Amino acid sequence: MRLVLEQRGETGLALRMASPLLAVALALASAAVMFAALGADPLVALHAYFLLPLSDSWGLQEVAVKATPLVLISVGLAFCYRAGVWNIGAEGQFLVGALAGAWLAIATHGAAQGPWLLPAMLAAGALGGSAFALIPALLRTRFGASEILTSLMLVYVAELLLDWLVRGPWRDPAGFNMPQTVTFSPAATLPLLAEGGRLNLGTPIALLVVIVAAFVATRTLKGFEIRLLGEAPRAARFAGVDAKRLTWGVFALSGALAGLAGILEVSGTLRQLQPGLSPGYGFTAIIVAFLGRLNPVGCLVAGILLAVTFIGGENAQIMLRLPLDATRVIQGLLLFYVLACDTLLLYRVRLLRSVPA
Amino acid sequence: MPGRVRHLSATMPLLEARRVTRRFGALVANDAVDLAVPGGQAHALLGENGAGKSTLVKILYGLLQPDAGEIAWRGAPVPIPDPRAARALGIGMVFQHFSLFEAMTVAENVALALDVPEPLPRVAERLVAVSRAYGLPLEPQREVWRLSVGERQRVEIVRCLMQDPRLIILDEPTSVLTPQEADGLFATLDHLRAEGRAVLYISHKLEEVRRLCEAATILRNGRVVATCDPRVETAASLARMMVGTDVGAARRNATAEAGPVRLSVHALSLPPPEPHGVGLDGASLELRAGEVLGIAGVAGNGQDVLFAALSGEQAAPAADRIILDGAPIGREDITARRRRGAAFVPEERLGHAAVPRFRLSENALLAGHATEGFAPGGLVRRSRTLDFVDRISAAFDVRKGARDPEARALSGGNLQKFVVGREILRQPRLLVVCQPTWGVDAGAARVIRQAILDLARSGAAVLVISQDLDELLEIADRIAVIFHGRLSAPLTAAQATRERIGLLMGGAAMAEAA
Amino acid sequence: MTLIEAILLTVITASTPLLIAAIGELIAERAGVLNLGVEGMMIMGAAAGIAAAITTGSSAAGVAAAILAGMALAAIFGLLVLGLATNQVAAGLALAIFGLGLSGVLGAPFVGVPRAGIGKIEVPFLSDIPFLGPLLFRQDPFVYASFALVAGVAWFLGRTRAGLVLRACGENAAAAHALGYKVLRIRFLALLFGGACAGLAGAYLSLVLTPFWTSGMTSGRGWIALAIVVFASWMSWRAVAGAYLFGGVTILQLHAQGAGVPIPPQAMAALPYLVTILALVLIMQARGGGSTAPAGLGTPFVPDR
Repeated sequence: MRLVLEQRGETGLALRMASPLLAVALALASAAVMFAALGADPLVALHAYFLLPLSDSWGLQEVAVKATPLVLISVGLAFCYRAGVWNIGAEGQFLVGALAGAWLAIATHGAAQGPWLLPAMLAAGALGGSAFALIPALLRTRFGASEILTSLMLVYVAELLLDWLVRGPWRDPAGFNMPQTVTFSPAATLPLLAEGGRLNLGTPIALLVVIVAAFVATRTLKGFEIRLLGEAPRAARFAGVDAKRLTWGVFALSGALAGLAGILEVSGTLRQLQPGLSPGYGFTAIIVAFLGRLNPVGCLVAGILLAVTFIGGENAQIMLRLPLDATRVIQGLLLFYVLACDTLLLYRVRLLRSVPA
Repeated sequence: MPGRVRHLSATMPLLEARRVTRRFGALVANDAVDLAVPGGQAHALLGENGAGKSTLVKILYGLLQPDAGEIAWRGAPVPIPDPRAARALGIGMVFQHFSLFEAMTVAENVALALDVPEPLPRVAERLVAVSRAYGLPLEPQREVWRLSVGERQRVEIVRCLMQDPRLIILDEPTSVLTPQEADGLFATLDHLRAEGRAVLYISHKLEEVRRLCEAATILRNGRVVATCDPRVETAASLARMMVGTDVGAARRNATAEAGPVRLSVHALSLPPPEPHGVGLDGASLELRAGEVLGIAGVAGNGQDVLFAALSGEQAAPAADRIILDGAPIGREDITARRRRGAAFVPEERLGHAAVPRFRLSENALLAGHATEGFAPGGLVRRSRTLDFVDRISAAFDVRKGARDPEARALSGGNLQKFVVGREILRQPRLLVVCQPTWGVDAGAARVIRQAILDLARSGAAVLVISQDLDELLEIADRIAVIFHGRLSAPLTAAQATRERIGLLMGGAAMAEAA
Repeated sequence: MTLIEAILLTVITASTPLLIAAIGELIAERAGVLNLGVEGMMIMGAAAGIAAAITTGSSAAGVAAAILAGMALAAIFGLLVLGLATNQVAAGLALAIFGLGLSGVLGAPFVGVPRAGIGKIEVPFLSDIPFLGPLLFRQDPFVYASFALVAGVAWFLGRTRAGLVLRACGENAAAAHALGYKVLRIRFLALLFGGACAGLAGAYLSLVLTPFWTSGMTSGRGWIALAIVVFASWMSWRAVAGAYLFGGVTILQLHAQGAGVPIPPQAMAALPYLVTILALVLIMQARGGGSTAPAGLGTPFVPDR
C-alpha cells in the first residue's frame, strides 16, 4: 500500500470550509486518546477543556481576554505567511511591545499622567514591536540571512531583556524583592468593559483590527500584492511588486500588531510587567494563523478556539491534575492536522496497492 | 546472413506497446496506443503538444504505469515498474529537460545512472572511452553547470550509452541545439544505428524526421492516427496528420515601411542573476516602429537577463542604456515602463507570466493594475478585471470551462493565448515577447504569431526572443543572435539563412558580426 | 586540572549535543528536506531518555528510547511533508511546538528526580598524556560518538554511492526520480536519521549534561543546530567548527558570569543567540549572496503518476 497524491481541479468553497473543521475534529479525537492515556476520563477532560470555559459569563470574558492577543498577533502573521515571509518571532515582538509601552507607564508613575498616556502607550507598544520585527527584516533583505532563525533567536533575547528589566532597573522598590514592576496607575490601565471580569478595551480594538485587515486582504491592491509575492515571487516581480519593501512592510505590520497585543495585555490584563507575562501567545498565534487559513476573519474564529484551550488547560490541570503541557500537545496536533487537511484542498489522496514488481 | 537478421527483426519488433491506455483524471492521455519498433530502426513518434507523446514515453521508460494494455520486449510482455527495469531490458532515455544534477560532476552524473555500482574513477575511465568512441568529448571532473546546453546533451547521451542499450529514446533532442549541433547529433544517431541500435525519436520538427527516420507513428489527442514511412511523405502531409487540418503559416503582409526608432539599447552589460548563469555583455540593438526584430539563440545565453533588462524587472546600470521613444528608461521599473506603453510576455507561463492558482481576473490584474484602471485608489474593481478577461477570451479564442477559472485549469495553448492577448489588447507601442509559442499546439501558435504580426503592422515595435529558429524565420523582419550575453548585428530576412544564423548561435564568427 | 583544561572540557560537553543534532539535520537537508522541528525532536529525546533511564535503571535503555522518540517525531514530520506534501516550514514549527508539549507531559512525573550521569570512558595510556590526554581520551561515550558521526557522515556523503544518491535527491528531485530513484523513500530515511541524531542529542542533555529533567531544557539548542547547518555550508567537517564556536560562546559567558564580569547575567545569557544571528549574517556576507544550499532544499516533491 502506498499514499498517492493526485492534483485536484479547483477547490470548492464547501471543501475549503470543511478542511479546518475536519482538522479540529481530528485534534479532539487525538486529545481524547491522550487524556485516556494520562489516566483521565476522556469525556470529562474534553468537557473541562472545551465546554467548561464557555459555560459562564466569567469564563466567556476570560476567553475573550485570552483570544485578544492571539487574534491580533495571528492577523499580522497571516499577512507575513501569505507573503512567504516566515516571521516566527512574534513572541519576542509581543514582549518588546509590552516593554516599550510599559516604559511610559513606569517612567510617569507617580508623576503627571493625563488622558494622553494610554494612547501614547499603545503607540509605543506598536512601534516597539515593529522596530523589533524590522531587525530580521533587515537581516533578510540586506544580508539574505534566514528570517526564520533570526526572528526566533530574538525571542530569547527579548525574554532575557524583560527578565533583566524586571529584576533590575524597573523592579518595584516596594515589591519585597519580587521580580515585577510597579502596578500601573488607573491612567495607564485600559478601562474594563464590564464589572466582575477582566474584559477590557483591548478586545474591541482587536475586532476593529480584524475588520480593517479583512478589507485590506480581500479588496485592495496591496492585499493582492502580498498574496502574489507569496504565491509566485517571479510573477510578483513581473507585476512590479517591490519584494524588499513588501517584506519590510509585512514584518513591520506583524511586529506592530504583536507589540500592540503586548501592551494591551500588560495595560489591560496584568497591569504590571513580570517575567512570565506571555504563556506563549506568539507561538500559539502561529497555529491560529494557519487554522484561520491565513485570513483575518478565520484568525478571529481560530483565536477564540485556541483561547478556549488555554483556559481549558488550566481547568484540566486544577480539576484532573493533567499537566499544563497537554495544552501544547493539543495545539501542536491541531497544527499537524490543519496542514494535513490543507493537502486535501490541493490534492486527492488515494491509497494504492503497490504495483507488483 | 544480414538479410535473415533483418527479416527476423521485421517480424518480431524489439519493443511493442499494445493497446496502452493511460488516464489522468478525466483526460485520456493515451487511448489504446499501439507502437512497434523493430531492432535497428529509427522510429519517429510524432504529435502536437498534448497529443500524448510524453506520457507514452514515460510508460516505456517505467516512469508511469499504464491503466490498460501492455509493453512487449522482443515479443514477450514485460512489466516495467521503474526506470531501472527499463534500463535492464536495454532501453535508454535522453530527456528533453535534462535530468542532470547541476552541482555535481559529469562522472557523478553518469555514475547515478549506472545500475551496477562502480567506483567513480572507473566510471570516469569508461566514460572517457565511450565518449571518445562516439566522438562526444567530455571532461569527467567538470561540474555540469559549467557546460553548454549541447555539452549537457552529450552527458545525457553518453550516460545512456554506458548501459549499452538496444533502444534509445530521445525526447525533442534538437529543440535546444543550433542547426550545426543538430547535424552533429544526427551523425551520432547514424553511428548508433550502424551498430544495430534502435532509436525512438520524438519530435515535431518534420524535416528532421523525414531525414532521419524510416517509420513514424503519429499521435493526436492520445490516439494513434497514422503510421507511415516519413521518407515518402511531405512535411505538409505529416503536419496534416498531426494536426488533423491544414495549418498555414501566419500571413505576412508586405514589409511595412519601418517607422522611427522606438527602442534602443546601448552597450548594456548586466551580471547574471545567479552565480552560474550568463549575463549581458555590451548588448546593443535598435528596434523601429512597425517591425518585428527576432533574437535567436540557444537557451542559456542571456535571454532571461535581456528580457529582465528590457522589462525593468532588473534595472540597467544607467538610465540612458535603454531608450524608449527618446526617453531614457534604464532605471525605471516595469510599472513605469508599462505606463509608457510597453508590454511584456515572459517565457515561463506558470509562475512568471501567470500564477497557476489565481483566477484569470487576478492574472489580468497582475499585469494591468497600473495601466488599465483596475484598481483606482488602490481598491480592486473586480468587475473591470472580469470584463477584461471576457474581452481577451473573445478576441483570442481562449477556451475555458468557466468564465473565470484558475490559470492552472487552462491548457498550455489557451493560457498562452490569454497571456499574449492580455498584452496585445492594450495596443502597446512596444511588445517584448519571449518564446511566444513554446509548448503550444499548432492552432494556438498560429493565432499568436498572427496577432504579433498584426500588432507590428498597426505600428507597434515588436521584439521576439525565441529559441525556435523556424518561428523567427516566419515572423521576423530582422534577426539578431544572442551568444554568451553578446548580441550580433541583425541580419535582414534576406540575409538570414539557417546556416548563417546557426553559426552565430554556436558562437562562431561573433567577432565578424559584432 | 588547570582552568584552561576545565574550560575546554566544558566546551566539549556544551558543543557535543549541538554537533550531534546538527549532523543529523545536515543529512536531512542534503536530501532536500528542511526540518525545523529539531528543537521538538531533541527535547523529546531528552524526556524519553530520562524517563526510560529512570524507569529501567539503564542508561543504555535511556539512549535507545531517546533515539526512538526522535525518530518517531521525524516519522510524523515525514508523513506530513513527504506523504502529504505540506509546507515544510509550517510542519517543522508544528513539530517543535508538539515536541515541547509532549515532552512536558511525558517528563512531568520525573521532574527533579536526580540520577547519576553517564560516566566517562578512559582510553588506557592515551588518557595519561598531559593536557591532551584528559581532553581527548577521557570523555563520555557521546563525545566519541559525535566525532564518529561526523567522520561517518563525511565518508558517506563524499565516498559512497548511497551518499551520492542522497545528494542527488536534494539537488534535483525530479531528475533523481526520472532515473528511477525512490526520492520520497530516501528523503524519509534521511529524516529518520536526523530524528535519531536529534533524539541522541537530547539524551545527552538529560543523561549527561544536567542529569535530571526540566521542562524546556533544550532552551533553543535545536534552533541553534539548524543555524550551524547553514553556517557549515552543509559540509560535515565545518559543522564541527560551528558547533564548537557556539559551545565555546555558551561556556565563555558562563565563566564570565562566574568571574563577576560587571555585565548583567541576562546580557551574557543572550550572547549565544546574538552570536548565532551574527554568524548567519557573516556567513551570508562571505558567500557574496551565492548559495551553497542543496538546490532542492525545502521544495516539496510530488511524483506525477
